[in-house]
Amino acid sequence: MLASMFHSLFAIGSQLSPEQGSSGIEMLETDTFKLHCFQTLTGIKFVVLADPRQAGIDSLLRKIYEIYSDFALKNPFYSLEMPIRCELFEQNLKLALEVAEKAGTFGPGS
Amino acid sequence: MTVHNLYLFDRNGVCLHYSEWHRKKQAGISQEEEFKLMYGMLFSIRSFVSKMSPLDMKDGFLAFQTSRYKLHYYETPTGIKVVMNTDLGVGPIRDVLHHIYSALYVELVVKNPLCPLGQTVQSELFRSRLDSYIRSLPFFSARAG
Repeated sequence: MLASMFHSLFAIGSQLSPEQGSSGIEMLETDTFKLHCFQTLTGIKFVVLADPRQAGIDSLLRKIYEIYSDFALKNPFYSLEMPIRCELFEQNLKLALEVAEKAGTFGPGS
Repeated sequence: MTVHNLYLFDRNGVCLHYSEWHRKKQAGISQEEEFKLMYGMLFSIRSFVSKMSPLDMKDGFLAFQTSRYKLHYYETPTGIKVVMNTDLGVGPIRDVLHHIYSALYVELVVKNPLCPLGQTVQSELFRSRLDSYIRSLPFFSARAG
């Protein structure tokens, strides 16, 4: 339900833009968390909620997109639009999140 | 670095003030509808944020950004909402929005016995002071950047 709420907010953010060619909401900031959203060319949205000081979320979102296409889309038993129940997807996702957390506020690659 | 536009809403969703400095694209709908859409979007973002937050929130929703602009939000305990769209190079400007509320809106509109509250601000003084304040901000450039 919250996902559909965010989906419409994302679209309205682009419509009310004072500038040409704006995307939807890419980052939403509050005092307790930061929400990052990455929309692919096919309309899939990856949404990450993180600590406001956490760096490297952009590369994390792209890494998650990679993991999604490798383990969910290439899986012949996975049907589109359904919840993902692929073990390899979840394993690799967990690994990517741990790497990002360890990199922490210093950013990736340090 | 520039300011695109500014909205001021009261607690009932009435748009008290709107001004723009550098706006390249209109929303494609009438101004009244745009105000309603903006207010509705902010209302939904606030409730979305309060549901999603992992911890208790103090200030709540602060800002969001897209690939082209950043929207800054400040809400007072009385329900007055100050919304400013700037470009991406601008950092946290909560104190600027607070100044717009306290030094401009409260001083020139609320304390003015001739200004009726709950409707669009007609005061020319408010309009001109707000305009000169925005133009004096360090991140405002006259050339749309």
